[in-house]
Amino acid sequence: MQVVLPRIGTVAAWRAEARRLAAAGVLPETVLWSVGEAAPDLFAASPAPRAASVAFRLPRVAVESIETALMHADPERFARAYVLVLRLARQEAIWGDRSDPALHRLLEQEKAVRRDIHQMHGFVRFREVTPPGANRRAFAAWFEPAHHILEAAAPFFARRFGDMDWLIATPTLTARFEAGELEILETANRATPPVDATEDLWRVYFANIFNPARLMVNAMTSHMPRKTWKNLPEAALIPDLIRTAPERVAAMRAAEAAAPGPKLQRRLRAISAQREGR
Amino acid sequence: MAPRTLSEKLALLADAAKYDASCASSGGERRQSRDGSGLGSSGGAGICHAWAPDGRCISLLKILLTNFCIYDCAYCINRASSGVARARFTVDEVVTLTVEFYRRNYIEGLFLSSGILRSPDETMAEMVRVARTLREREHFRGYIHLKTIPDAAPELIAAAGKWADRLSINVELPTETALTRLAPEKSLRTIHGAMAEVKARGEAAKDCTARGTRAPRFAPAGQSTQMIIGADPATDGQILRRSARLYGDFALRRVYYSAFSPIPDAARTLPLIRPPLMREHRLYQADWLMRNYGFAADEITPETAMLDLEIDPKLAWALAHRALFPLDLNRAPRELLLRVPGLGPRSVARILAARRYRSLRYEDLKAIGCVIGKAEPFISLPGWSPRALPDAENLRARFAPPPEQLSLF
Ligand code: SF4
Repeated sequence: MQVVLPRIGTVAAWRAEARRLAAAGVLPETVLWSVGEAAPDLFAASPAPRAASVAFRLPRVAVESIETALMHADPERFARAYVLVLRLARQEAIWGDRSDPALHRLLEQEKAVRRDIHQMHGFVRFREVTPPGANRRAFAAWFEPAHHILEAAAPFFARRFGDMDWLIATPTLTARFEAGELEILETANRATPPVDATEDLWRVYFANIFNPARLMVNAMTSHMPRKTWKNLPEAALIPDLIRTAPERVAAMRAAEAAAPGPKLQRRLRAISAQREGR
Repeated sequence: MAPRTLSEKLALLADAAKYDASCASSGGERRQSRDGSGLGSSGGAGICHAWAPDGRCISLLKILLTNFCIYDCAYCINRASSGVARARFTVDEVVTLTVEFYRRNYIEGLFLSSGILRSPDETMAEMVRVARTLREREHFRGYIHLKTIPDAAPELIAAAGKWADRLSINVELPTETALTRLAPEKSLRTIHGAMAEVKARGEAAKDCTARGTRAPRFAPAGQSTQMIIGADPATDGQILRRSARLYGDFALRRVYYSAFSPIPDAARTLPLIRPPLMREHRLYQADWLMRNYGFAADEITPETAMLDLEIDPKLAWALAHRALFPLDLNRAPRELLLRVPGLGPRSVARILAARRYRSLRYEDLKAIGCVIGKAEPFISLPGWSPRALPDAENLRARFAPPPEQLSLF
């Protein structure tokens, strides 16, 4: 039997299907899960061996973890989650038991998805695309998440950027926030938004806030892996910042060593005296 | 001289702020702007928007309003007698940078500090103006951290707390003697006075009075401070005791430690060597043990001693208390599990949760997420019992890095 889940609302559709299949006693090995069509009604039933009907109530934390893990890029995730919920319902597995390999994998996938969502919240970079004469400012971003997280990650941006219009396009789906309405669509336009002049100021900040005297490149890349760099305007500076760090340290030391001459000292004193007097 | 451009000012005043260790943006009030009435959200865990090549998270626009300063703190690059290039932002420039960076999702908010221009009150008033303009004119709901000037008038500190999420007041140096010697214009009494003020106002804002009225909002993410390490002869033992007192007396959320950068200056007797970064790291680890693992400063190191640079303070404690180990992972209480090297609060919680169903075996350790190699000598459970704990020196050698690696620091 084949179950095709929609690209938008995938997780909710999986949950509805999994309940139906379990109630009908459908064995996990007879189900082929896939994602693709926009309509959720492709429930192509073919006669297959059945087991006893299973109704399940899972603890809320379990449902949350499973639904989060279902955003993982792993193509086997739907089938695995179906097997796991059946085992949990029949009490062949206990929620919270991390020594169960299936549960352990699910929790690891959940963790990877959460990390990806968190990273997306940090690493999206908007560029201004306000059309002339508009009364709301508009911004757009191109982002490539590692997992299928756009729907779960988008409400954060709606809470944060409520007074502007914005759009985040990913290779599959796009989130659009216009006049206060959040929508998820299939991505139509794959072009990165045009360059924004404020990015230059951001790069100036990035280059100067870092302390060249304490290079820790591995610590940086463990949090900001190289694969994320291509959509970060500041990342292009990194190789140069690393390369010139020793020179900058030397220059810093030299500048610090050069105490101001008596002339400058007098001037500084005069300035502060004058300001006190004002 | 031609006036500096915004970009030049940003370069100078971000550079001058890079010695401030804090970049936290977590905690505080939950705010959002989903209904379009403003810009920004906050509350919950902070977000890192970028990572610099020094391995530090960039979460806030961390800048100085100005690096002009009439004070002459010997350890500071912005002191009046320093030859550093100077710049000064206007209130509007800071507001614009914050909002424009925020709209592009570069930052969580602003961390503003300043050199003292003209007078502490005038400078503080200008910093308050930045925060107020962000909140009132721009309807900004992101995070604001103001580094308070301790000598500023109490009304200004009250106003700062009204608009900011967090205030910090730097204690600067671990001992009063060092402060008097190296920061002649500053006094410990004023610094503690300002901290007490912030604490009292924060508490008042949290309590309702009998009539149900509330004191005005005040810095909901609390206060923090920073101490410079290695500019004076204070020991790690003294520093940790100082931190413990600061946490207790002023309800600080965090104490930050910043390794002193030497500034050659014949007039003062500052050390010319930078303390090893590892010292700063060990202090953070020890501080973490005090805040999250139930360690007291006295347990970590004697007052006159320094922390071991080669092994972390938790391991050092375990080695000094070998008689307690190995612990039976299936029976030990939480407080003791937390003392096992290689087990953190999260793995301890998992152990406790799993123990409710069944007894743990060695094979489960990986799933629990503990650092097995580190924990092994200190634990026992079905499938594993360490041979008699080797003598302290051997065990230490197992964890301490080989000596030549030390040249890296
Ligand atoms: S008051 Fe602050 S900015 Fe001024 S010299 Fe002292 S530490 Fe530096």
